[in-house]
Amino acid sequence: MLASIAVVRAIGNTPLLRLGRFARDAGLPDTVDLWLKAEWANPGGSVKDRPALGIVRSALASGQLGEGKALIDSTSGNTGIAYAMLGAAIGFPVHLVVPGSASIERKQILAAYGATIVESDPYDGSDGAIRLVRELVAADPDRYWYADQYGHPANPAAHLATTGPEVWSQTEGRITHFVAGLGTTGTLMGTGRFLKGKNPSVQLVGVQPAESFHGIEGLKHLPTAITPPIYDDCVPDRQIGVDTDEAFDVARALARVEGLFVGPSTGAALVAAVEMGKEALTSSEPAVIVAIGCDNGSKYLSTGLWGTEG
Amino acid sequence: MTESGTVQVLIPTPLRQYTGGEARVSASGDTVAVVLEDLHARYPGIGDRIREDNGEIRRFVNVFVNGENVRKLQGAATPVKGGDEVGIIPAMAGGR
Repeated sequence: MLASIAVVRAIGNTPLLRLGRFARDAGLPDTVDLWLKAEWANPGGSVKDRPALGIVRSALASGQLGEGKALIDSTSGNTGIAYAMLGAAIGFPVHLVVPGSASIERKQILAAYGATIVESDPYDGSDGAIRLVRELVAADPDRYWYADQYGHPANPAAHLATTGPEVWSQTEGRITHFVAGLGTTGTLMGTGRFLKGKNPSVQLVGVQPAESFHGIEGLKHLPTAITPPIYDDCVPDRQIGVDTDEAFDVARALARVEGLFVGPSTGAALVAAVEMGKEALTSSEPAVIVAIGCDNGSKYLSTGLWGTEG
Repeated sequence: MTESGTVQVLIPTPLRQYTGGEARVSASGDTVAVVLEDLHARYPGIGDRIREDNGEIRRFVNVFVNGENVRKLQGAATPVKGGDEVGIIPAMAGGR
């Protein structure tokens, strides 16, 4: 049934883009190949289409979703957009708990798909949204099915089954470093396990905000946040903390030197990717670095990130 | 009875490590900049998370006075008066 739905068929098989000019500007030599996986090419506009589809597919197969139950989850935006898109196309209600501080663009996109939005306290961030969704589900368990993107094994499993094989074949098995931002951590857990299975020497690099108070939407400062149940700290080989201003600067630079308009978390992943490239300089081995580009910049216009101020 | 120039400051979760876990604290001043300076004096370190070295609000931080983003007002120079509510939120964008 799912295989006949247009948006479902359009998820995955995203382009892998080589960042030649950006890499040269960052001081990387020709022996370092820097690639960006263009996850914004998914129909919902972000990498989150993959885990959302995996979670929904598993819930439909097990009968957890259906009989009028509404899918509910907490999300800072992209996973919510993916659920809302799938709910509209497949035919189930979607309720999303979104921090009140989420961007106006995101709320408007969710509304366009017909999802119901519940706002949590903006001062409590994404952890406040997690706590509120748990309360809502506990109060009305017959009404909701709690998708729980932070804890559902189908989240990393979707990346193990799709993102990992795509990156492996698109680099013809030459990948040396895989760099992904950590939010639910599903991308790094699933893709990383696949790549390690193919070549145990592939370095898995997790990217987090350098401090707990940050503006890199979608990423978590794990030492101070609720730890996602799917996270296994044995999987990443490296953790890199990125400053919000650096992430914004790189996102802006990428638009201007590569013509790629990406969001702040992609900027953060590229800060870390460049750091890996510079380390690789000191060894004589060629490096093939793949960073995940979670989404494009259009949902962040109201941040002033691309303002005309400078 | 509100003391003149005393405002309530709403603190987001990641900054509550500075306020002993308090979500709402008092500070005084007649502009946002002075309030943030006073906040920093009361809770050392917190101001550096919110402001640049030159005193401007960091670009990923939104400061609200009674729900209005100060970027749409006069930035750090936005006047405040006793009883106002000053909110600090990391920008997950606009935040309207």
